[in-house]
Amino acid sequence: MTELRVSYTLDSTLETVDSAEQTASRIAAESGFDEDVVMQISMAVREAAVNAVLHGNAYDPDKKVKLDFERTGNDLVITIRDQGKGLDLAKIPDPLAPENLMKTSGRGIFLIRSFMDEVQIHPSQTGTEIKLVKHVHGPSGDVKEASQ
Amino acid sequence: MSMKTSTRQVDGVTIVDCSGRITLGEGSVILRDTVRELLSKGQKKILLNLGEVTYIDSSGIGELVSAFTTVRNQGGELKLLNLTKKVHDLLQITKLYTVFDVRDEEAGAVKAFS
Repeated sequence: MTELRVSYTLDSTLETVDSAEQTASRIAAESGFDEDVVMQISMAVREAAVNAVLHGNAYDPDKKVKLDFERTGNDLVITIRDQGKGLDLAKIPDPLAPENLMKTSGRGIFLIRSFMDEVQIHPSQTGTEIKLVKHVHGPSGDVKEASQ
Repeated sequence: MSMKTSTRQVDGVTIVDCSGRITLGEGSVILRDTVRELLSKGQKKILLNLGEVTYIDSSGIGELVSAFTTVRNQGGELKLLNLTKKVHDLLQITKLYTVFDVRDEEAGAVKAFS
């Protein structure tokens, strides 16, 4: 897989959420993932961007969302950072618990974990960083080269 | 493509044909407003046709749950029709597939309303 490193600094807006999703979809497709996996990656990035814009930066125009894509070897690694107060991991509910099943929110992190191979969440007082990894599967560990 | 809805009546059931994306922002708001408007007019048998919905995020899933609960709390029924594979899979992994009454054939779905 061709190596790639690209970084974006984005405003805390709903447009950023759509933009992050579209960029993830394009890079995942160019990286050779099949259509279903491209959808999973783009949805995971969308959910992470929603968390960064809404819950992290709370739409603060002075706070930015940083979105990094790194394609190395057999992984696509996506990192999303916000400048919020830091996610409290203990407060993330289990959306599959019977008492939470009919709640109207709280499924974002669950979906991210469902769709990605590795998810690391690093909250701090200066913001939350979430790192998403998707491995390239296949007999040789390779994917088809993207057509430009 | 943003979310669009159109409604039609079949044997006392309001079928809402949805298309596009049910996502945070406009898509979720349109679905919420559509359901609220139907309830305000006393139309409490609602069949959401999701056959042309191309994308749904966690906010959209939450909006479906909210619509289901809101309709039920007002003595009505809300069912889902024609799920795409993507939406079907999302409802499966969030364990909501068995919460909703999901149908894949319109005439049968209409008859299933009490």
